[in-house]
Amino acid sequence: MHFDSSILIPVLPEIFVLTLACIVLVVDLFLKDEQRIITYGITQIGLIFAAVVTLLVVQPDAQVVFDGSYVRDAMSDVLKVAIYLVSFVAFLYAKDYLKDRGLFKGEFYTLGLFAVLGMSIMVSANSFLVIYLGLELLALSLYALVAFNRDSKQGAEAAMKYFILGALASGMLLYGISMIYGATGTIRFDELSTALASPDLNNMVLVFGLVFVVVGLAFKFGAVPFHMWVPDVYHGAPTAVTLFLGSAPKIAAFALAVRLLKDGLGELQMPGGWEGWQGMLIILAILSMGVGNLIAIAQTNIKRMLAYSTISHVGFILLGILAGTQEGYIAAMFYTLVYAIMSLGGFGMVIAMSRKGFEAESLDDYKGLSHRSPWFAAMMLLFMFSMAGVPPTVGFFAKLFVLDAVVSVDLTWVALVGVFFSIIGAFYYIRIIKLMYFDKPLDDSPLTAGMDTRIVLSLNGLSVLALGMFPAGLLSICTAAFAG
Amino acid sequence: MIADWPILSLTIWLPIIGGIMVLASGDREPNATRWTALIVAALTFASSLPLWFGFDSGTAAMQFVERASWISQFNIEYYLGVDGISMPLIILTTFITPLVIIAGWEAIKYRPSQYMAAFLIMEGVMVGVFSALDAMLFYVFWEAMLIPMFIIIGVWGGPNRVYATIKFFLYTFFGSVFMLVALIYMFFQSGSFDILGFHELKLTLTEQILIFIAFLMAFAVKVPMWPVHTWLPDAHVEAPTGGSVVLAAIMLKIGGYGFLRFSLPITPDASHTLDWLIISMSLIAVVYIGFVALAQQDMKKLIAYSSIAHMGFVTLGFFIVFIIMSDAGPGTGSGALLGVEGGMVQMVSHGFISAAMFLCVGVLYDRMHSRQIDDYGGVVHTMPVFAAFMVFFAMANAGLPGTSGFVGEFMVILASFRADFWYAFLAATTLIIGAAYTLWMIKRVLFGDVSNDNVAALEDMNSRELIVLGTLAAAVMVLGLWPAPLVEVMDASIANLLQHVSISKL
Repeated sequence: MHFDSSILIPVLPEIFVLTLACIVLVVDLFLKDEQRIITYGITQIGLIFAAVVTLLVVQPDAQVVFDGSYVRDAMSDVLKVAIYLVSFVAFLYAKDYLKDRGLFKGEFYTLGLFAVLGMSIMVSANSFLVIYLGLELLALSLYALVAFNRDSKQGAEAAMKYFILGALASGMLLYGISMIYGATGTIRFDELSTALASPDLNNMVLVFGLVFVVVGLAFKFGAVPFHMWVPDVYHGAPTAVTLFLGSAPKIAAFALAVRLLKDGLGELQMPGGWEGWQGMLIILAILSMGVGNLIAIAQTNIKRMLAYSTISHVGFILLGILAGTQEGYIAAMFYTLVYAIMSLGGFGMVIAMSRKGFEAESLDDYKGLSHRSPWFAAMMLLFMFSMAGVPPTVGFFAKLFVLDAVVSVDLTWVALVGVFFSIIGAFYYIRIIKLMYFDKPLDDSPLTAGMDTRIVLSLNGLSVLALGMFPAGLLSICTAAFAG
Repeated sequence: MIADWPILSLTIWLPIIGGIMVLASGDREPNATRWTALIVAALTFASSLPLWFGFDSGTAAMQFVERASWISQFNIEYYLGVDGISMPLIILTTFITPLVIIAGWEAIKYRPSQYMAAFLIMEGVMVGVFSALDAMLFYVFWEAMLIPMFIIIGVWGGPNRVYATIKFFLYTFFGSVFMLVALIYMFFQSGSFDILGFHELKLTLTEQILIFIAFLMAFAVKVPMWPVHTWLPDAHVEAPTGGSVVLAAIMLKIGGYGFLRFSLPITPDASHTLDWLIISMSLIAVVYIGFVALAQQDMKKLIAYSSIAHMGFVTLGFFIVFIIMSDAGPGTGSGALLGVEGGMVQMVSHGFISAAMFLCVGVLYDRMHSRQIDDYGGVVHTMPVFAAFMVFFAMANAGLPGTSGFVGEFMVILASFRADFWYAFLAATTLIIGAAYTLWMIKRVLFGDVSNDNVAALEDMNSRELIVLGTLAAAVMVLGLWPAPLVEVMDASIANLLQHVSISKL
């Protein structure tokens, strides 16, 4: 059989990341502990190059390769670049944290890069099998990362929980996939939509399959009522891992949802209605926003609080997806990218506040931050207002576009529920601001974060404001991603 | 031609950029910081003056318009412009801010740069609220306004400041998000966020009522109207003097402005259907809150409640016109015109008077660190000049003829007579209740024998305080004796508004 090597061009970014991961794995073997910075350097430069490679292989039209199981389109380009850059920033924040705790090891970067590779594959998958492979590659790397601090009981417990629940979710997803395959006879997303259009389908099996797929998806997203793992994992994992876990994989989860629900099962949707997967997503979204925001109020640990806040943000992302329109996907994508930026900032602050022997996990540790470091208190203020959705920060526009999409399909009541819960959410975000600005500090030691973290964290904070003043640029990128 | 310059943008961004510069300069040289802030505020006031002098009062059309695309995908524009309704409120904003900065000159010793910067940024944002003609731009400014005020009350406020500021934030946030959904809904009906486009939008009565209620939640909290007023006394009592001044003088007006810019023209039929609701809420505010004010022991709380009562007059004036118009139509006589114009004059006048009253309390508080009426007595013996000013402002607050407080109240009462005798009767009781609570407070604080050693040790006002109160006294007097220029400026816009409102959208 003749092998046409040009079909490898669309997958160059993945090949690059895989090679990078292998190089890091091998090079790290020959490095002493004090030379570990080289591993870090290769990883970071590699991630930047991965983004460049992704941009180099951009084509105006979508390309489907490997017998239709893999696709490179505008959406995958945008999301891949976002994943590489977000991972870059996450690794950068994580460096000092890992060094201080004796966790600065090559395995972190190898596992991290395999997770990035898994995310890339999810983003570009065009069949159930490939998307499942990507998902498992991501999940297995993350299980190991959560347990990265071997001496931490909490970490081990969190990893165990994550693994068991994650395996269960994968099982559900696979079960759903098998049913859909049984009903339609295909696992390719593009063929699926034609198959679904045919009248002689076994509807019962299909609907069961759909339910299981959505359940698996909700597990991976951390949507209520499949959210139990989120707070424990966020809390138990080392903050550096939580930071990574909370940012880039959300982008991949968004891609998973779009690939499965829009590309694959798009035929089963009825915009604005309860039928198809819309109804399930409405329930998931409302529960996520409600439970996430309400329980976050009761938290005293900032990592747990941010975990519940994540759950509520997932609810908003699902709102955009359930609109089922072009505008809805664009809005959800905008929200996901903005959420990744805010989440990086929020956990980045937790890392910047912490130092050897001090994790800065309790809310009380943020008391009087404006005395200790007015600048970083201001950055945290921006992140919190942005998460609460207060203009002029970008979080407001993310919510606005999603609400726009929801109202446009005559689900105004869902939009009202959404804004109602965001009022409740505002409370715990401004409580952080209250602690930082209105309370006296418990200790007066200045922040010890390194210069690179400081600069990137500042840029991260200002980007929340700048994107809020000029959201049109990012929005047009998201629009372009769904233009095809 | 001066009208071609981007005056509105200048007035919005000059204080914001100036505020960021003040913030960046830090607290190493507090005096330089204060002077910079004052110069920025003065320049902003100067930059807003062309709005008044270049204003064409013969037309109801938007003037000084600036328009550029902002988020083209959603048709959101950077669209600014003023008419006779918003222009006086912008001038009020730029007029009050320098006074607030002067008033905080010595009183604020803790992080003066952040304090000054917060007020400057808030000034720019408030001007933005008054001049935005794109609903989303309006909303962004409207919400952004909360951030500096939240910080001001929380950082420089009194002992219970955290409770007060979180209550303030959540109340206003709660009110406004429902407005956001209403705006999005109208975006899908009209295809853009252009507020003037919303005015022409045809809506069914059900839609109008729902939208009206969404707006009401936002604006009633802001004004604030009974029964959602409870955040205001807390916020006022805990806020530093400058915060109280801006809150009472300008922020409350944004609620009233919202009724005129959104509720009335966008949902005229719903406004007509539900006018009884607003009128009753307003009358309860005027009468009941007046009695509540009578019972207060804390001076700031008393003035806060008096603010709610006075703002009740504003909303009464705005909605009494529906009763007048259903009897007589918009054209006949100027009964309807009188009501809305009276409300507007009342807003501007209350901006001066409430600012002055809070500054008077601030003068006392800086010396005695108490706001309790019982701690004072016989202040006139130690601070005669101050006492003269405070008595004058108290008279204005009670609506004495010759002061600006009289003009607005009189116009609204006059308009109410055209609607219904009993409305006018209830509204007019404010003249008695208002006089009672204000003058009784004056009697207990200023007159009588010197009550204790602290009062005996008081020193009279310094020149800085004299400048601030003197300026406000002049404004109150001028507006009271010669309100014609202000009324003329808003006449065309309000007549046009009433014409528009009188035509049913159904």
